[in-house]
Amino acid sequence: MKQLFAFIQKEFYHVFRDKRTLLILFGMPVVQILLFGFALNSEVKNIGVAVLDNARDAASQQLISRISSSRYFHLMEPLLSYDEVENRFRSGKISCVIILPSRFGNLLYQDEGAPIQIIADASDPNTATTVNHYLNTILQQHVQEMNAVLPAAFNIIIETRHLYNEEQNGSLNFIPGVIALIFMIVSTALTSVAVVREKESGTMEVLLVSPFKPFMVLIAKAIPYLVLSLIDFIVILLLALFLLDVAIKGSLLLIFVESLLFIITCLSLGLLISNVTNSQQAAMMLSMAGMMLPTILLTGFMFPLENMPGFFQVLSYAVPSKYYYSIIKTVMLKGLGIAYVWKETLVLVGMSAILLSLALKRFNIRLS
Amino acid sequence: MGTEMDKVIVCRNLTKQYGNFKAVDSINFEVNAGEIFGFLGANGAGKTTAMRVLCGLSYPTSGEAWVAGFNVYHQQEQIKKHIGYMSQKFSLYENLTVWENIQFYGGIYGVPHAEIRKRGRELIVSLGLEKEMKKLVGELPLGWKQKLAFSVAIFHQPRIVFLDEPTGGVDPLTRRQFWELIYEAAAGGITVFVTTHYMDEAEYCNRICVLVDGRVEALDTPSKLKSIFNASSMEEVFYQLARGAKRKSD
Repeated sequence: MKQLFAFIQKEFYHVFRDKRTLLILFGMPVVQILLFGFALNSEVKNIGVAVLDNARDAASQQLISRISSSRYFHLMEPLLSYDEVENRFRSGKISCVIILPSRFGNLLYQDEGAPIQIIADASDPNTATTVNHYLNTILQQHVQEMNAVLPAAFNIIIETRHLYNEEQNGSLNFIPGVIALIFMIVSTALTSVAVVREKESGTMEVLLVSPFKPFMVLIAKAIPYLVLSLIDFIVILLLALFLLDVAIKGSLLLIFVESLLFIITCLSLGLLISNVTNSQQAAMMLSMAGMMLPTILLTGFMFPLENMPGFFQVLSYAVPSKYYYSIIKTVMLKGLGIAYVWKETLVLVGMSAILLSLALKRFNIRLS
Repeated sequence: MGTEMDKVIVCRNLTKQYGNFKAVDSINFEVNAGEIFGFLGANGAGKTTAMRVLCGLSYPTSGEAWVAGFNVYHQQEQIKKHIGYMSQKFSLYENLTVWENIQFYGGIYGVPHAEIRKRGRELIVSLGLEKEMKKLVGELPLGWKQKLAFSVAIFHQPRIVFLDEPTGGVDPLTRRQFWELIYEAAAGGITVFVTTHYMDEAEYCNRICVLVDGRVEALDTPSKLKSIFNASSMEEVFYQLARGAKRKSD
């Protein structure tokens, strides 16, 4: 136990004396939160929209003024015919076209409802998705309000629904993503580099010759980064709470336990990477390409998975951060409990067990 | 020389095989307590492999060996407690201070805290590093690092210290000063097992074991070896032996 303590103490000396490590540890979370929270906000405002109103009746005018009053949309010059749609999109001034059918006012009161066509510029799929969400919300609100004052119910056909984060507040969704990313950097990349550094400097050899057990070497290497990951986790939560006014809806304890589990997954991965590489650069590259890139690309936190080719959607199931992201989003933003995330939790437990046993096994093979 | 009890290392037909390749081929030797035992061989002759087995880092394929009285097959943990180890990479942490390095290595060998402080201070004084105690090891000159690394390797007072080409990359004068430390340790009862390819170093050893293609080709005192091979220096002895090597050095 005393040996372990001496080792962990030494590990902290390494961390606090390396400026680069410190910068990554404490600069990165703050910068990322600020970056995603303010600069890279996925919220879209002042979307240019043009309407092709084939009805020109009271109901259609009402709807159009409703849309134009939204701060998200900026109503452009109306379209006169369908042929203009293509050209207007090409002009780059609009991202969305709304087409109202003729006799819109009459269709509203029929059982099938009045069809509205929304055409969004999907060259930027994220914006297109957002625009679609916003419009749907506005249309739905419109229907609800009108139904409240009108004697006969009317109906607009809208298929999409989104229940959570109605305002599409961009700053909410990225927080679980940033936490996952930071864990990947601290627990996977920094840990693997710290182990490989000892191999490079020759001190690993000395440790292995000492009575300190190889298994304990790995544990002692991992514990400091576990602690540091948790500190980063708390920093991010505090920033989210006080700087971005994010309300944490679910159980803090559950969020903490799930994060601890994911940190263990990341640490196991880091130890495995350190076993298969012999240089710090290789370990860094493997952590970056192998783990951070998939975390950014395949968890759905920056780019919607639904818009990706099937191959990548399947591939995403192998990425641990996908499950963690989904867990934290569910618990933190939706306020749901373990009953809704137990499957993802089990996947993470399984992944950790496999990765850790692989890491230990390889470590022992290297010894004999 | 001494009784059976004085044998600190005993190898009997020790063999380490990788597939069909016999890295160490049935070697036999004994090392006496307090002796400085030199292990000579070209790169790829099997020096490091044999040393790894003796340090408890890998299991032999066949044969027997005891280190400090413990069996290399099933008493590796005991062996590790009684040996010290230093490689050519010096094995100190560059971004830890001199004192922190001493504390750390004392700590992982389970030396009691009070003992670490007491002996640590004595060590600092004897090496003349009082002013550098709180300096990072990375800032020390190579020769000092080396001496410190050796002192740290024997800090827990092991019975044997294994030195794997410990003086790589330093000039002959520093090497000489380093050997004074080795003599001091040997005089204090620590057995020194050293691999080297510097022939001036070989002359400093009590006995030399020359390994060629994984086999012990010669084993005696430097002066005896020179007279047997009718050579004026160890270099010549080594050259005559190594000429017969079939393995290419890498």
